Amino acid sequence: MSGASLPADERLAPASLARRLLGRPELGAVAGAAAVFVFFSFAADSFLRAASLSTILYSASTIGIMAVPVALLMIGGEFDLSAGVMVTTSALVTSMFSYQLTANVWAGVAVSLLVTLAIGLFNGFMLVRTELPSFIITLGTFLMLTGLNLGFTKLISGGVSTQAIGDMEGFPSAKALFASQWDIGGVTLKVTILWWLALVALATWILLRTRAGNWIFAVGGGADAARAVGVPVVKTRIGLYMGVALCAWISGQHILFSYDVVQSGEGVGNEFLYIIAAVIGGCLMTGGYGSAVGAAVGAFIFGMTSNGIVYAQWNPDWFKFFLGAMLLLATLLNAWVRKRAEARA
Amino acid sequence: MTPANTRTTLVKLTGVSKYYGNIRALEGVSLEVAAGEITCVLGDNGAGKSTLIKIISGLHRHDAGSFEIEGEETVLANPRAALDRGIATVYQDLAVVPLMPVWRNFFLGSEPTRGRGPFRRLDVGLMRETTRAELLRMGIDLRDVDQPIGTLSGGERQCVAIARAVYFGAKVLVLDEPTAALGVKQSGVVLKYVAAARDAGLGVVLITHNPHHAHLVGDRFVLLKRGVMAGSHTRDSITLDELTRQMAGGSELDELSHELARVAQSPQGTGDTPYDQAAHRPADRTPRDERDA
Repeated sequence: MSGASLPADERLAPASLARRLLGRPELGAVAGAAAVFVFFSFAADSFLRAASLSTILYSASTIGIMAVPVALLMIGGEFDLSAGVMVTTSALVTSMFSYQLTANVWAGVAVSLLVTLAIGLFNGFMLVRTELPSFIITLGTFLMLTGLNLGFTKLISGGVSTQAIGDMEGFPSAKALFASQWDIGGVTLKVTILWWLALVALATWILLRTRAGNWIFAVGGGADAARAVGVPVVKTRIGLYMGVALCAWISGQHILFSYDVVQSGEGVGNEFLYIIAAVIGGCLMTGGYGSAVGAAVGAFIFGMTSNGIVYAQWNPDWFKFFLGAMLLLATLLNAWVRKRAEARA
Repeated sequence: MTPANTRTTLVKLTGVSKYYGNIRALEGVSLEVAAGEITCVLGDNGAGKSTLIKIISGLHRHDAGSFEIEGEETVLANPRAALDRGIATVYQDLAVVPLMPVWRNFFLGSEPTRGRGPFRRLDVGLMRETTRAELLRMGIDLRDVDQPIGTLSGGERQCVAIARAVYFGAKVLVLDEPTAALGVKQSGVVLKYVAAARDAGLGVVLITHNPHHAHLVGDRFVLLKRGVMAGSHTRDSITLDELTRQMAGGSELDELSHELARVAQSPQGTGDTPYDQAAHRPADRTPRDERDA
């Protein structure tokens, strides 16, 4: 290695490992996850059982699948408040298109993918075209989708939920892909956990080892500087919104094929859970910093807390309070860690 | 060095104008950048310096006049197009992305990759080593190319940006006020790299409002005032005093010389100066200088 011959390394060596760990965006989330895990291990007897862990992983995965692209988007400096209802929109489109127009659910799945990606494209396009804050644009999309979800569902099926599509052609194979589960030694593992882990791995690969990842960090950390050195800022932003849409499609298909009906009012408020998971995982609200692994740990904390409260037999009404307190703590911890990491100069 | 009789003009602006609505940002500005030369653009705030570099670097399009790159009339669509034509711009504030590691910043927008298809990935090893080697070549010895570039001093950040432009084979280097926010020592370091880039055969456009810095390194000087050209000189045809005078001019210059006279008095410490010497000293040492030391 040429690095070994340089005198510079002498100064680097002593504090290297500790500093390096402190510099990781996930550190706060991992510390928080360990604390929550230890806490509920003592507070709830059933928390450590294999069956409980599989339930925790499942609820972590349902948030985690969306927390990954939302984290990427936040690293790119933007928000998407429409992410929660977009999941429902995606499920509704599959269900209603399949039921009304074809005999095979796969046609609906494909159409839903196009529609959902188009919504992501709309968000991204509006953002780069108007240069308004993404908060406002996606708040608009959020409200419009909420209205469309309810309006179209009532118009087409006459109620607030869709018709059952469980007996349609292609349903079993679609269910296998999006909502299957296996029993391994008495523990039920859902396929969403695989989707989640695969997405975390893919997002981490993209962020750390591809040009697109470099651009995402740059667009969030300094869009003007990025543009000046030739980074395709517009494409990167639109791509990030389409990433959110793609994962919303995966999530939506899971919800549909888990139950075979969809409630049109679902999904409202979930966008904040995704953002919370990303922020607990070390994403900066101002962009340019964060990780997909951190967002996954954030989602895991969500899964532990939401189920831990049940296992501890507390009143679940308190759940949101814990979530809010955890968000604040994680943000404070992250800010402190980052200050320490940057003060090393 | 390029001999005078074989000067190759890289960028030539003739009578270039730019309007923002009914505001005249720039009118009838001409300038020439040759390989191995430094062309300084001088002017006070609001003189149109920023507009001029935005045209050269492809951020804005000019409304009138001609813009030639290597003798070919051009309209640049975006900064990428400018980069592709060999024009690299280093901006005062937005040269780098502060939170990103030095090596990611160095290659931002032109990242080398290896592998193909879905396995196409950043060549991280090459990126790290090249960054370290290129910066070392310019005399910047970094402890760690992984540190966020925001932790470097202002001068070092400018130097990284310049080193990046040189590494990527820029023919024309446009520098926007590279010394504006820097202390004396760091300004010297940056100017040294500007000269190094010139010696490497690049054409340099140096935007500054400091005639002293300009005269140290410049071959040609273009003065802007309120969006129009107030003068165009070669190094032989103008002295530093004249350059300073032209930039300041009139009552502003009187005021300046008055201020300079007072500054010149104070170090004598005759006892009747309004400042106590001991109390005055710490103010001379700015935090920036300390970081540099």
